Amino acid sequence: MATARTYDPELLRAEKRRRENMRRLKGLGLHALLIALLFVMLYPVIWMVFSALRPEAEIFGDMGFIPTNWTLENFVRGWQLYGNLTFTQFYINSFIICALAIVGNLLACSMAAYAFARLEFRGKWFLFAIMLGTMMLPIHVQLIPQYIFFLNIGWVNTILPLVVPKFLAHDAFFIFLMVQFMRSLPSELEQAAVVDGASYWQRYWRIILPLSMPALATTAVFTFINTYNDFFSQLIYLTDTDRMTVPVALRLFLDPSGGSSSFGGLFAMVLVSIGPVLGFFLASQRLLTKGIATQGIK
Amino acid sequence: MSTLDASDDQASPATMSARPVRVIPQGRSGSALKKADNRAAYLFLLPWLAGILLITTLPMLASLYLSFTNYAVIGLPAWIGLDNYIRLFTADRRFITSIWVTLTYVGWSVPLVLLFSLAIAVALNRGLRGLAIYRSLFYVPSLIGASVGIGLLWKEVFGERGVVNDILGWFGIAGRGWINNPTFALPSVIALNVWTFGASMVIFLAALRQIPESYYEAASIDGANAWQRFRRITLPLIAPVIFFNTVLLLINSFQSFTQAFVVSNGRGGPVDSTLLYSLYLYQQAFQQMQMGYASAMAWILLIAIGIATALMFWSSRYWVFYGDR
Repeated sequence: MATARTYDPELLRAEKRRRENMRRLKGLGLHALLIALLFVMLYPVIWMVFSALRPEAEIFGDMGFIPTNWTLENFVRGWQLYGNLTFTQFYINSFIICALAIVGNLLACSMAAYAFARLEFRGKWFLFAIMLGTMMLPIHVQLIPQYIFFLNIGWVNTILPLVVPKFLAHDAFFIFLMVQFMRSLPSELEQAAVVDGASYWQRYWRIILPLSMPALATTAVFTFINTYNDFFSQLIYLTDTDRMTVPVALRLFLDPSGGSSSFGGLFAMVLVSIGPVLGFFLASQRLLTKGIATQGIK
Repeated sequence: MSTLDASDDQASPATMSARPVRVIPQGRSGSALKKADNRAAYLFLLPWLAGILLITTLPMLASLYLSFTNYAVIGLPAWIGLDNYIRLFTADRRFITSIWVTLTYVGWSVPLVLLFSLAIAVALNRGLRGLAIYRSLFYVPSLIGASVGIGLLWKEVFGERGVVNDILGWFGIAGRGWINNPTFALPSVIALNVWTFGASMVIFLAALRQIPESYYEAASIDGANAWQRFRRITLPLIAPVIFFNTVLLLINSFQSFTQAFVVSNGRGGPVDSTLLYSLYLYQQAFQQMQMGYASAMAWILLIAIGIATALMFWSSRYWVFYGDR
């Protein structure tokens, strides 16, 4: 302390200014670095956007980065690549599966989460441990018998194998997410309802669920993105062309007969296919990043 | 939003007070209520319990049984004992290849994802302006990286006339077809996995923001430089999150499928260089219809993931400390 007093205040202020400038300069350098990295990372996507918007013949040519002849013909051609089957059908198929998956996950996972988070029962911690364990199980150890079973009851080539498991809370991760959230809700509200003679279902449906909106919304968005992007199970279960979803249909571009002849159509459809995911993300950005973040804290 | 924020900030203490305090209505004894609680809980759990039984446990047991049989969907499974397992390890060169491909894939992508996600998270955590925008943009690849669409794009980006060669061309380097080359196909797929480091980054960022600024100030006063502050404060404090991210990445990378499938059109080529374990399992099960054989592969995968996770938990005793904050 004694030495500090001897400093000249002018000198201190100058030193502080110098440091402030240093910090700002460093900040600027960091910004430049991050933007450069982002540019490299997102360059392929930007390239695809411009490729989809230029005439087929110019895609791989030396025509400059930004198209000179803008066109939407790739979108028109890509959309109806397979005879009378258009992407309209594939999108309808995808969205039906996503919608049902969201309803199933919200309902079944929140019910299980309510029990784990708000009720006392025998075997609670044992079942909770099982729930956590199933999050780590590779799907492969269940896949083959499931497939054989669904084949035998005639569910292959329907959306049922993709949707019914969601109504049985098969995505344990979302149970976990909701348990974490519901645990943090104050118990007073539910107590008041108990005094008023509310049933368990009313406590769950009228009190806990409305308060859990942020967790439910996170679940809905994640379920949409996961289900929409899910390729493996849709590839296995949906084989008829009119049942195909967007990712399974996109895969047909790999066929030498269809794909390689039309890169413009391919890029246009890839672009359209990631649209819904980006849209959902933009609409619920803060919620989503928070949602992922909550996994890590604990 | 505000409710979610609140729950974030008090994540752990809040859970302590969440136990429902029992208010006993007239005419009901405590144990009767407990019984009611018990019954209600199991009713709420009914869908999940049914799922655990019907779509998790029974199929798992069935696949364990099938792994000891020869079964081609048509006809009945024929018991052959350990033959599938023996054949896998002694007579199936593609299986051994798929193990090496998968280990290479996991061994490169997990550390690289950790490195990138932590580095960017630390950089973003310096009170930078526009944090939210950066975070979202870095996160975008994680959203779309697992889709077929991006796999198709990747195939072109690393193709003969793709973007990678364009960029190399700026520096006067002659390109090649990366994705069709047995040496470079797998690295291209690894690059795609590393490209999606944003999800881990977001988790790291959340953890970094919980470290009190005063720790760093105290260390600075004691003369610690930036690296020492990172090494002695940041790293130990986020060790649990590094652990969590590593386990998550390990489990996911072992099961990667879509991108290798898309870039090789389902074949795992060229010359099996992108034959990830899941892809080979898919070929055996759904192209060759060797359900028994594929089930044996599934169980080996389960055991491998189990061992990897157990090793992580064992090692964490030496480098992860959960002590009081």
